[in-house]
Amino acid sequence: MDQDSGVASGGSFISLNEHEQRYYSGLHSLCQADTSGNLSSGRVAELFKASQLPPGSLHKVTEVCGAKRLGYFGVPQFYVALKLLAAAQAGLPIRLESVTANLPLPRFAELKNEPEMWHSAGPPITESQGGQSGTAPGSVSWAPSDRSTFRHPEVSLEKKESWCPLRSPSSSPPPSPLTYCSYLYSKQRNGADSQITYEGKPSSQPMSQLEQHSSPSNYRTKPTVEHLTAAGASSAEQLEQQGVVDYSDDDPWRITEEQLEYYTNQFKSLQPDLGALILGGVAKNFFTKSKLPIPELSHIWELSDVDRDGALTFFEFCIAFHLIVARKNGYPLPESLPRTLRPEFMQQDESVPETPESVEHLIVFEDAEVRPSQMDQGIIKRIQPSYSTTKQDLKEESCRQDASLKRVTTSQEKRTLQLDAFPRRPEPPQELEPQMRTRTRPRSYSSTSVEDAMKKAEEPPTPPPRPQKTHSRASSLDLNKLLQQGAPGVKSGWLPPPPALPPRPSTSQVPHFINTPEKIPLNKVQQPNFADFSLFKEEEENNVKSEERGLHRFSPSTEDSPNTSKQDVISVHHNQAPQKPIRKKYHAESQNQDAIPPPAVSHPPTAKPAPKLLSRQRREIQMAIRKNKETNAVLTRLNSELQQQLKETPEQCLSVPSSVG
Amino acid sequence: MAVCIAVIAKENYPLYIRSVPTQNKLKFHYTVHTSLDVVEEKVSTVGKSLGDQRELYLGLLYPTEDYKVYGYVTNSKVKFVIVVDSSNTSLRDNEIRSMFRKLHNSFTDVMCNPFHNPGDPIQSKAFDGIVSGMMVQTG
Repeated sequence: MDQDSGVASGGSFISLNEHEQRYYSGLHSLCQADTSGNLSSGRVAELFKASQLPPGSLHKVTEVCGAKRLGYFGVPQFYVALKLLAAAQAGLPIRLESVTANLPLPRFAELKNEPEMWHSAGPPITESQGGQSGTAPGSVSWAPSDRSTFRHPEVSLEKKESWCPLRSPSSSPPPSPLTYCSYLYSKQRNGADSQITYEGKPSSQPMSQLEQHSSPSNYRTKPTVEHLTAAGASSAEQLEQQGVVDYSDDDPWRITEEQLEYYTNQFKSLQPDLGALILGGVAKNFFTKSKLPIPELSHIWELSDVDRDGALTFFEFCIAFHLIVARKNGYPLPESLPRTLRPEFMQQDESVPETPESVEHLIVFEDAEVRPSQMDQGIIKRIQPSYSTTKQDLKEESCRQDASLKRVTTSQEKRTLQLDAFPRRPEPPQELEPQMRTRTRPRSYSSTSVEDAMKKAEEPPTPPPRPQKTHSRASSLDLNKLLQQGAPGVKSGWLPPPPALPPRPSTSQVPHFINTPEKIPLNKVQQPNFADFSLFKEEEENNVKSEERGLHRFSPSTEDSPNTSKQDVISVHHNQAPQKPIRKKYHAESQNQDAIPPPAVSHPPTAKPAPKLLSRQRREIQMAIRKNKETNAVLTRLNSELQQQLKETPEQCLSVPSSVG
Repeated sequence: MAVCIAVIAKENYPLYIRSVPTQNKLKFHYTVHTSLDVVEEKVSTVGKSLGDQRELYLGLLYPTEDYKVYGYVTNSKVKFVIVVDSSNTSLRDNEIRSMFRKLHNSFTDVMCNPFHNPGDPIQSKAFDGIVSGMMVQTG
């Protein structure tokens, strides 16, 4: 199949070494080829621009590679174009002949960080690749068969299986529209690894090595294939997933340091001794909390209880937990334990927890782990949308940065995100925000937060926060009190209709009071007292004498004797003194009140005019009216607050099912 | 190679029954059911004579013109029944015993699974796998 190695115009054979092959196929995927193999010209244009060559040479490249003539970028044209770009960047003239030269890879700026990675890996490998041009035709021949299978989403099972062995050397990307930078990177790295192993071996043997290398992945694919077909799904997503799973099969089934730490903590919560076993019943209760269906849990148990003793050792526990986490994140359960999850493998890992090897492991994991998290986003929508958006943010973050510790932490946070999915379901939505906030903190905190989350999950889910202790309930009580207070006042004030009342400054005063800044929080319980004593104050402002009489009348002792009027005043004053910090509206009144008792005290004896009855009645009525007005004001305030609450609660009600469901 | 494999609970209801799909399943269900009587008979006679030591493998329960039925009972009175094609004469007793042993092992693994409630139908993939391995491979 010289289709892609040939050139449309000249038909001359271009040999691409494996390295270039991989790079080009990666770029090819970037340009999002459609089913016929043609590349979207927009993408290609972007790519060319990224090569930072002058537009004139870009035009020339397009012309020479034959795309201009054809009108589109087919695969061969694209490859030739890439070669020409490399040539141009190297300073060679853009001509077909320059394509045959042994060129470095074309450099593209700001294509996520793929070229940087490549260049770090590129030079040493190209050197080693010097003697391997013989493999190039072979490798090239593999690639088109890969790509042809890519084109058609409805790939048959056999094709898929033949696909797998070809995967590992030619890191052709899976047909996934997800962010491909990290895909490519990790794939290329894996390809680089395999390449390094191939180095020094005769070119006739790459196939056998591939067989060996791919046999475990093949083994794993077959069950997953069966599993998938058994599930009956034929969506492209499943295909992608399967494709990615078989390629990165190690990585989702590999337990990271942080996960191990988390599992250890969980194990300790069940069984403090790490060397001891967790009994089946205990484990059952624990894993049932994950809310997975029982048959799946049963299957997970079968997979993880390797020694078949009905109890879990620490490693078995980790395996089980990891499978649960993977299942929660949407991975299909494997038919048998993946290689990297086997206990002996894990025991190896255990023995080297803090060495640089593990750091290397981490770096390898994270790149591929980005992929599972991407898969999660793309494929399974079980996890709440809020989570997926945060994952995407993290993903984008990680894509921009270089392979560094930061990336490790973000990917591990992603893993904790995925872990968080485990206990998160029973929790109400209000707890989402604090949890999400904790995720952005560094690693050391995230495990504890997840632990706490686990503990929360163990307890019954906390109910949504009650509405603030505002007026909803207290108001009713206060209303009752007010009404009670108001009733006798009304009753007592119900007298024959009084003559024309003097103009009331209270109406002007009341708004004045309303406008005063509300420094003091309103204590509803005290309101009835407010009502009582505020009436006093207003009366006093209007008419000192009448207020005195009011004091007479409405003092708690309700004694009419002038001798007690002082007491009344004082008692009123005392009663008002503790209320001073609580007053809201009637702030100004208190000041008035302070001013008034002294004059009130000064002439108690004058509180005995003849027309006492009339004025008394008048006063009563006025007070009653004022009381009613105040209650009205209070009620209107309450009403407005309740309405606000009413508006808020449906929003809460809506948010609760959307976050739980 | 078995044609039908069944696991029957102590209360004589099937926990697991699986037969070669080409054959009439109902026929096998009926056969297994009738074989239970024979099992009971064997168990009762053996129990009386030997006391606690009981042979788990019951051997050929009864032959019919089409097939042979073998039985095996565990200590918890769970019965395994294997129906074998009569034409398949190459199967020796030892092979049948080994089949039963495998079944028993697999069954204990299922029982050890804390997520499995005894008395529920067996839904273990591992168990299914072993049974499939023993069944006649039909094209």
